[in-house]
Amino acid sequence: MDVAYQIDEETLVVPMPREVDHHAAKVMSREIDFLIDSWHVRQLVFDFSETEFMDSSVIGVMIGRSRTMEMYRGEVFAIHLGERAKTIFHKSGLNKLIRTDFVGNGR
Amino acid sequence: MEEILNHMRVSFDARSVNEGLARMLVAAFMTDMNPTLEQMADVKTAVSEAVTNAIIHGYNDEEENGQVLLVCERKGRELTVQVEDKGVGIADIEAAMQPFYTTKPELERSGMGFSFMEAFMDRMEVTSVPGEGTCVTLWKYIAEGGEK
Repeated sequence: MDVAYQIDEETLVVPMPREVDHHAAKVMSREIDFLIDSWHVRQLVFDFSETEFMDSSVIGVMIGRSRTMEMYRGEVFAIHLGERAKTIFHKSGLNKLIRTDFVGNGR
Repeated sequence: MEEILNHMRVSFDARSVNEGLARMLVAAFMTDMNPTLEQMADVKTAVSEAVTNAIIHGYNDEEENGQVLLVCERKGRELTVQVEDKGVGIADIEAAMQPFYTTKPELERSGMGFSFMEAFMDRMEVTSVPGEGTCVTLWKYIAEGGEK
């Protein structure tokens, strides 16, 4: 998989793939956890602007990473959610766990 | 008016890379029914859940030689999708269908697979025999000309 992670200060932006399924989730979660550990990430931002498909695998990725970020007292955001993503966030209750009001890293 | 009938039967390896293949196959099969983008996305999500379950649970995370059978049928405006595996089967189907119930928390499975299938399709039926396999059948009515 080809994901270009962006790290700026303590903010990690994860460009979510075009299709977020179990196949994509497997690799992604490991990579993100590794980056959070090594870069002292305080704000983790999932960017869904390129995502055209998702299934319930996205829930595991988001909840798992929220737990990782909790240990570092950091925050998790989701941005550029399309209509489909909103539906899935709503049906799974992710909308109550993940913030969508990311405004940048304060600089 | 005569009902349009169509049928597709595909078997593929129980590997996660084939989750996308299954979605593409079903999407291509139903294109002929002129669905809305939303209906198409609903079916793709449901099929992805069923196939992922077969691979992760049925074949215990990509067991060798595992085969997933995907059967699609069109009868008029009704689409039927069946996903079948010859894997471990489900001991307690009722428990498996509960939201957030999962036997694979270590793989970060949310336990929302069946809930999503139910939410995005009109009807779902699950039959399973422990040690023999599982068959999930999903139905969805695709209204004419993308009408709701």
